[in-house]
Amino acid sequence: MHRGKGMKFVGDSRITAERKANLPKDYSEYPGRTEAFWPNFLLKEWLVGSVFLIGFLILTAAHPSPLEQQADPNNAGYIPLPDWYFLFLYQFLKYQFAGGDYIVLGAIVMPGLAFGALLLAPFLDRGPERRPHKRPIAVGLMILGFIATFWLTYESVSHADYEMRAEKYGVNVEAVESTIDKEHPGYAVYEANCLSCHGDALQGQGNYPSLIDAELTVDQVKDIAVNGVGEMPAGIFGGSDEELQQLAEFVVQAGGGEAGGEGEGGSEEGSSGEGSESESEEGSSEEGSEGESEEGSSGEGSEEGSSGEGSEEGSEEGSSEEGSGSEE
Amino acid sequence: MLQKIYDWVDERVDITPLWRDIADHEVPEHVNPAHHFSAFVYCFGGLTFFITVIQILSGMFLTMYYVPDIENAWKSVYYLQREVAYGQIVRGMHHWGASLVIVMLFLHTLRVFFQGAYKKPRELNWVIGVLLFFVMLGLGFTGYLLPWDNKAYFATQVGLEIAAATPFIGDQIRTLLAGDPSIVGAQTLTRFFAIHVFFLPAALFGLMAFHFILIRKQGISGPL
Repeated sequence: MHRGKGMKFVGDSRITAERKANLPKDYSEYPGRTEAFWPNFLLKEWLVGSVFLIGFLILTAAHPSPLEQQADPNNAGYIPLPDWYFLFLYQFLKYQFAGGDYIVLGAIVMPGLAFGALLLAPFLDRGPERRPHKRPIAVGLMILGFIATFWLTYESVSHADYEMRAEKYGVNVEAVESTIDKEHPGYAVYEANCLSCHGDALQGQGNYPSLIDAELTVDQVKDIAVNGVGEMPAGIFGGSDEELQQLAEFVVQAGGGEAGGEGEGGSEEGSSGEGSESESEEGSSEEGSEGESEEGSSGEGSEEGSSGEGSEEGSEEGSSEEGSGSEE
Repeated sequence: MLQKIYDWVDERVDITPLWRDIADHEVPEHVNPAHHFSAFVYCFGGLTFFITVIQILSGMFLTMYYVPDIENAWKSVYYLQREVAYGQIVRGMHHWGASLVIVMLFLHTLRVFFQGAYKKPRELNWVIGVLLFFVMLGLGFTGYLLPWDNKAYFATQVGLEIAAATPFIGDQIRTLLAGDPSIVGAQTLTRFFAIHVFFLPAALFGLMAFHFILIRKQGISGPL
């Protein structure tokens, strides 16, 4: 570097005016078959990157990313499950001395020690040896941690029923894109009595079945609304006989019983092909549903939601994280 | 023409040393899979960076449609997934990339650990790398809530309960993250969005810059 007097600069800047030859560095002093990063090695990296990208895109195209039903804080039967890379911690907290009353131990102290040790590994393993078999304690602890994490994740995955989850919690596309007749007099009755469980488009949610493909007769719907069926308790419906008739006709029509053919066919075809039509339909139905779902959840909806919880608690195991922790 | 433009800029800004520091360095034989196939383990770090770039780009495109609001968040994701051309691919890349980046980070960490590459003089770079791992896990945790489906909502509730178990400051941490001591709602979604899109990426870029500067400065660790 040039120092002292006689230095020339570009204008009044700090950039030197002397041009140096643009020569690559001399690597001949390094041992072995050294290669220049630019451009030789970068081209090879680019190849690896391309192959990787192709595999990645195939994965993306073959498995569309999942999306479950819209979040519903009142959905009491939902069994939470975090993304796979947090499962080890989620599983760990289910054990007696890691969860429940010992949650500080399981959630803070143990992970804190493990991750703290990982963070400070260079200051804990200070010897000059690099080969794994020359530093058995560090390597042993790491293998132990790896096995523990892997095993906890495996335990959690093997207990989770992913097929059931996909079926039960997945989005019912027909329901979301359906064209339910919300002007029908029966819809108001439906909204007051059934919407909080069966959803604003009869699509169902969680344990509550969809009514769209129920294929029931008017009399059957009337009977179920009054007397219940399966896990559905009796006495949910609280209106007049005239309203019950309207409700049953509405559900049967929407369920494709007599005159419901249009709605179903339209939505299925719309999603595959004609974008412009289905968009406009959807837009109008969405606006409608927003307003009505708010009303439903503020008033009667929440009351009925809580009564539904009570009846189902027996069948649902570990609906909340704490519950499962104390059980095991 | 290009050369003249380059010379014009170089005369005024002296950019040659800048890019030479980044690009003009040697690749030792022991990390080159062309010479030793087992050297593919050295690819994990680079692939982590590659997926991170994919995450940044796909995430930028996702925010063109995503609405961080409890009424519309799920609907915007659903619309992106089903109506927008290639929306499913872009969201799929971001979704699967989030998992892959954790896998690659894990493999990279194991490679560095078992080779003892964190030893003097590279202690600082290891610490920065583990901090990067934490930032990635934070990005995974906050990004999980954003589609606002049941899975996201209830997993976040569990996560916040774990955070609230911290002694003394647990409730404060929970309130800081969720915007409320008990509710997971509109505030939580906007906060997680801000953390996912602004706070953590800023930390990520800063740490990545340090990580790479240190590698360039110290060179890659020698053969065992």
